[in-house]
Amino acid sequence: SCDFYVSPARRSSGFRATTIMAVEFDGGVVIGADSRTTTGAYIANRVTDKLTPIHDRIFCCRSGSAADTQAIADAVSYQLGFHSIELDEPPLVQTAANLFKQMCYRYREELMAGIIVAGWDKRRGGQVYTVPMGGMLVRQPVSVGGSGSSYIYGFIDSKYKSGMTKEECLRFTADALALAMERDGSSGGVVRLAAITESGLERSVILGNQLPTFFSA
Amino acid sequence: PDRRPAEQSHPEPMRNTLLEANVAKLGCSLPPARKTGTTICGVVYKDGVVLGADTRATEGMVVADKNCSKIHYISPNIYCCGAGTAADTEMTTQLISSNLELHSLSTNRLPRVATANRMLKQMLFRYQGYIGAALVLGGVDCNGPHLYSIYPHGSTDKLPYVTMGSGSLAAMAVFEDRFKPNMEEEEAKQLVRDAIAAGIFNDLGSGSNIDLCVITKGKVDYLRPHDEANKKGVRTGDYKYKHGTTGVLTKQVTTLQLEVMDESVQTMDTS
Repeated sequence: SCDFYVSPARRSSGFRATTIMAVEFDGGVVIGADSRTTTGAYIANRVTDKLTPIHDRIFCCRSGSAADTQAIADAVSYQLGFHSIELDEPPLVQTAANLFKQMCYRYREELMAGIIVAGWDKRRGGQVYTVPMGGMLVRQPVSVGGSGSSYIYGFIDSKYKSGMTKEECLRFTADALALAMERDGSSGGVVRLAAITESGLERSVILGNQLPTFFSA
Repeated sequence: PDRRPAEQSHPEPMRNTLLEANVAKLGCSLPPARKTGTTICGVVYKDGVVLGADTRATEGMVVADKNCSKIHYISPNIYCCGAGTAADTEMTTQLISSNLELHSLSTNRLPRVATANRMLKQMLFRYQGYIGAALVLGGVDCNGPHLYSIYPHGSTDKLPYVTMGSGSLAAMAVFEDRFKPNMEEEEAKQLVRDAIAAGIFNDLGSGSNIDLCVITKGKVDYLRPHDEANKKGVRTGDYKYKHGTTGVLTKQVTTLQLEVMDESVQTMDTS
């Protein structure tokens, strides 16, 4: 992961430390996030939706400063919508990811935004691209982000296998997020999931008492 | 795509840093911003939204205004409560109200709450948090009732109930206990009133009265004050001595001789 300096001024309002995740499968992607937005030690929004639609079959998962990521997502949605109308075709996920990268890299000193772009397009099917702080862009079959991600790298590395079905991916994502939320104080609330395929979009919510449980001392 | 180099993309904060740097040369100190240490909140109920606010404005530890109005007009169907720096909330809401009226005339439609939200968040983000305005925006439009909380850095949350300001934790405690979706109007008003009261009595930065604003489709009830929770007490005693308390022995009246030196009339040019 990349280094970054967290300025104290940023913490005053709507700062989001988070756990976000996205997984590719044959025919689409599964994305997931927790739902906690904190300002300091107070939870400003316990039911946040961090899975933001950028286009009909393209979503982004937002972590970092709430203000920065909302502004970037709004700007990229506009640019992508315009581009799609010019093309008269649904846009590529790679295009969306590059738009995010261009903005995050150009303004890297001013922004605090870690974004995962995921979706489905006709050319390459389900794709996950990660744009962490600093503005790098790389495609990965599975990607995690946010402060809670540190706690689940081991789980991801050991449990991920290629060729999972949509249901297996949903279960895998829910488990990973539940584990991260258990250990990371800045993540919590409910688990929001979305599965994006050619035929459309399925969103679901797993409430606190329905989360998968694991060993706890 | 924006081709300007990154340093020039946010000109406004540069001016503020320059001003702060030159204060020492000027020899005076910048006045402390008047803050509305505040409790503001909003709730979506069956027919619309109810917005609530306290009425205390503070300058440091002194109450500058005991009855200020924190629920600002945005458009006939949209109102906005403001916490943070008083000047910032006042001017920001007035600016967006003006732009929204022009937009409404251009589109020939009643403005939408989402539009006001977009305009506010894009402006606040542009100023990178230097405009200290934390807002609760609520209204009813063609898509139903909507409620947003807007933070000084430009992030927004769309929720069924929100609180902001120094008394927000006290008010949120009341909401988390008693909020239900699709409440009746009286129930919603009572809930908001109690949430603001929690802020008034448990937060030093909030006080005085409770203002409410009930927005429904086609009607707005601006209840100021809805509840005078802190009426000034009536004094029981009177320190004035009545005439006759001290006996008068003698009385001498001397009129002052005043001469009129000069009399002139200057008419104002009203052409």
